Amino acid sequence: MIRLIKFILLILFLILSFQKLLMANNNSSTIDKISKNLRCLICQGQSVYDSQSDFALSMKTLIKNKLEEGKSEKQIYDYLKNQYGEWIVYDPEFNKKNLILWIFPLILFIFGGLLIYRKVFIN
Amino acid sequence: MKKNIFYLILLLFFTFIFTVFYIGLDKPNFYTPKEVKNKSLEEFTSTELFSNEQFNSKDIIENNKFSLINIWSSWCVPCRLEHSVLMDLSGKTNLNIIGLNYKDKKNNAIKFLNELGNPFSKILMDPDGIISISLGAYGVPETFLLNNKSKVVRKYIGPLTKDDVLEIIKIIK
Repeated sequence: MIRLIKFILLILFLILSFQKLLMANNNSSTIDKISKNLRCLICQGQSVYDSQSDFALSMKTLIKNKLEEGKSEKQIYDYLKNQYGEWIVYDPEFNKKNLILWIFPLILFIFGGLLIYRKVFIN
Repeated sequence: MKKNIFYLILLLFFTFIFTVFYIGLDKPNFYTPKEVKNKSLEEFTSTELFSNEQFNSKDIIENNKFSLINIWSSWCVPCRLEHSVLMDLSGKTNLNIIGLNYKDKKNNAIKFLNELGNPFSKILMDPDGIISISLGAYGVPETFLLNNKSKVVRKYIGPLTKDDVLEIIKIIK
């Protein structure tokens, strides 16, 4: 009986430790994912992930803490956007100000398509 | 005729692109984000450098009409240059100047203050830099002028200048 309890405890212990390891791995890949999409505050042109500046390292610690608090990726982005503005993310949201940037390639694509269509099928 | 119009449009297009890039050449490539005014500063709790007591930012700020939070560090060269300006400000006014000691060693911070003077009413420590990030800081040094509701009245990115001090004195009067 005692042996059985010991065995169950051992299994439980193993499962728990693996789960913790798995969670830590999961967190670190999420930290990487988020920090790759954040603009470094000091070394402009680099992402937080690439940068070794003190502020970038602090930012990574902050992301880690927020993940451990159970915050979702979106909540972390929203939090940082609230502190630093839309500027902080590399993937800006669709809004009135950048409408033309989003739509311009589409217009070019349609325009080019029309040109080709006219050239090939009408002429 | 059709061809001429085509060439004219092409010429206009390239002139437009040339002008845009030519003007862009003169613009500084270091982008500083817009100031965030009238934003509330996030509340934080931290340990004081000398007394090791825990302080809540709100408690320190709400008792004064205006407070100044200055993020500094002993290893930061611009902070050294800025320090005389802070000393000047603390001598001229009774503004509540709070230091936020960013990623610093306690001994070095104390040595720095012994050498250059202490303009701060309290110095809170930010050993891993998280508080500074949560305040929305871009680097060291950085300074926030706050009212008693923790609203950011002015934010200064980089070292404070003498002109900034004059502006601060004007605001708090």
